[in-house]
Amino acid sequence: MSILLDKNTRVIVQGFTGKIGSFHAEDMKRYGTNVVGGVTPGKGGHTHLGLPVFNTVKGAVQETGAEASIVFVPPPFAADSIMEAADAGIRLCVCITDGIPSQDMTRVKRYMRRYRFEDRMTLIGPNCAGMITPGEALMGIMPGSIYLPGRIGIVGRSGTLGYEAASQMKALGIGVSTSVGIGGDPVNGSSFKDMLELFEKDPDTDAVLMIGEIGGPQEAEAALWARDHMKKPLIAYIAGLSAPKGRRMGHAGAIISAFGESAQEKVEILKGAGVTIVPTPSSFGETVADVLAAMTKAA
Amino acid sequence: MDIHEYQAKELLSRYQIHIPRGGLAYSPEQAAYRASEIGGDRWVVKAQIHSGARGKAGGIKLCSSDHEIAEAADAMLGAKLVTHQTGPQGKLVSRLYVEEAMDIEREIYLGFVLDRKSERIMIVASSSGGMEIEEIAEAEPDSIIRATVDPGVGMQDFQAREIAFGLGIDNALVGRATQTLMGCYRAFVDYDASMLEINPLVVTRRGDLVALDAKMSFDENALFRRPQIAEMRDKSQEDPRETYASDRGLSYVGLDGNIGCIINGAGLAMATMDMIKIAGGEPANFLDIGGGASPERVAKSFRAVLRDKNVETILVNIFAGINRCDWVAEGVIKALREVGVPVPLVVRLSGTNMEEGRRILAESGENIIIAETLAEAAEKAVGAWRSYTATKAA
Repeated sequence: MSILLDKNTRVIVQGFTGKIGSFHAEDMKRYGTNVVGGVTPGKGGHTHLGLPVFNTVKGAVQETGAEASIVFVPPPFAADSIMEAADAGIRLCVCITDGIPSQDMTRVKRYMRRYRFEDRMTLIGPNCAGMITPGEALMGIMPGSIYLPGRIGIVGRSGTLGYEAASQMKALGIGVSTSVGIGGDPVNGSSFKDMLELFEKDPDTDAVLMIGEIGGPQEAEAALWARDHMKKPLIAYIAGLSAPKGRRMGHAGAIISAFGESAQEKVEILKGAGVTIVPTPSSFGETVADVLAAMTKAA
Repeated sequence: MDIHEYQAKELLSRYQIHIPRGGLAYSPEQAAYRASEIGGDRWVVKAQIHSGARGKAGGIKLCSSDHEIAEAADAMLGAKLVTHQTGPQGKLVSRLYVEEAMDIEREIYLGFVLDRKSERIMIVASSSGGMEIEEIAEAEPDSIIRATVDPGVGMQDFQAREIAFGLGIDNALVGRATQTLMGCYRAFVDYDASMLEINPLVVTRRGDLVALDAKMSFDENALFRRPQIAEMRDKSQEDPRETYASDRGLSYVGLDGNIGCIINGAGLAMATMDMIKIAGGEPANFLDIGGGASPERVAKSFRAVLRDKNVETILVNIFAGINRCDWVAEGVIKALREVGVPVPLVVRLSGTNMEEGRRILAESGENIIIAETLAEAAEKAVGAWRSYTATKAA
């Protein structure tokens, strides 16, 4: 099993009929994802890729019983699409869109809090590669072939660095339960800590690899949570050792603006919380293998 | 995106924030003329660059005659000011702002930022103005007042009043302070700012509250809906390498090393730069080529990286997800032939069809150093750079 997503999850695509939405909807179907339809306002009633198109998310949920949605809507309209999903009762929303204004995201986060915690949608992203439960379902833009099904959870901000880690693990025969990209924006949906909580509860995850980067408080928050609540081993890498202060490194959120936000400081905080550190980005595979070997030995 | 002090002040004055009378000048004569327009007998000449700490660098001069103004302006215009925020290369002064001098009774620090922890706009204020906020946080941590704004309803008057009273502002001025704080908040929201700082906000002897300096930065993701802000961009204040790249849609940050980097994805780019450092080299830049890595984008990236004359080796690291390595390899070779790369080139391709990609690179007849893993790529790049510089020296 996995967290959040499996082969039975009924998924709709927001921004379904656009070029990017169509491309990835096909790819997700090919991987085995249970895509049940899509939403493009004004194109309701049509059929696209053999699936029904709806004008509204509410309409799609009513007709298909969709529980999850993936958003490929352009940045000026993406925040609105996320709120529409939350209002329609979608349980899991993955937003791939890069370039959403921060103030739109603060509004989205505030809007989601209108719902009781039990009814609140889980948002992954924006500006992320999405998520995958290898061998079952893909809600994202990552290449499915680099993930081996298995028992390690991965959560990271970056897409391609996550691919790097997964393929190093695959080369050593280590598989993944679920891999989640939480995205590179300063205000995002689920945090590292949110995902660690789910992995800790998941009976099919044995250990978790967290791939962080410079900027923001989320890695430190996750470290403290793991120290106090996590029984499963946590392994972490922080990118941006060579990044100067005050310069934004590609991701809108990757900028060192306060104490505790540099790679060195985050590594120290994680070490202090008893987290195993991946020393270089070429040793994801071996570090995870070492931790697994130690677990086997202990058991 | 940053704007100049005079632009921020002009913007804030539309929101009932009081600013000193002032005018823009491009020459010493114009500076003196601005002073005569303003009137009075003391003026401040301020270099307009995108940096704080201008005073210590000689970018702010108090003057009391035409002659002094012209002299100060003459010294500043065309000069490069070096502050601890500009880096050693400094920033070019091409505009001056001339203002009436104020009689200052006390100085206050006022800042608005997007706080990532609460995911809300946060107001930071301190009665110890004039210093930088980091210095205040160290010297007078208890003087700092913080408040966050609920994005559902926006900032409320009572929050502004609480801050004003907290700063010890006289009862007679609290109304003015509330207006100033609310004005800042509205400007921040209306223009999608990411940072707004008035340091110092001063209480004058005449009993007014005036923004003596103003700094604003804006969310680049929101510029599409703020054309009036986008127009204020001053490319002369940017690293020319970065301007060239951003004009071509590449995400680039210039650094001080010698190994140029072309990588897809921000996280992988940072990790590759870290790996170069671990291998004993220094990256010359951050460059995220973005999705696709088409021959056109690879060629653009080569050109952008090679504009930096310190680049003595290039490392390309592409993890092909959606696209395929064989296609990326062909793109690299095409771009290489088109642009001409006069320094060693190390290429590491990973992901879909990587064997095919490596074969294409190896059989191209071009002088490409091929690497399989991330560690190998960094080591080969640093090795190639060392032998290149050794040959150049000999």
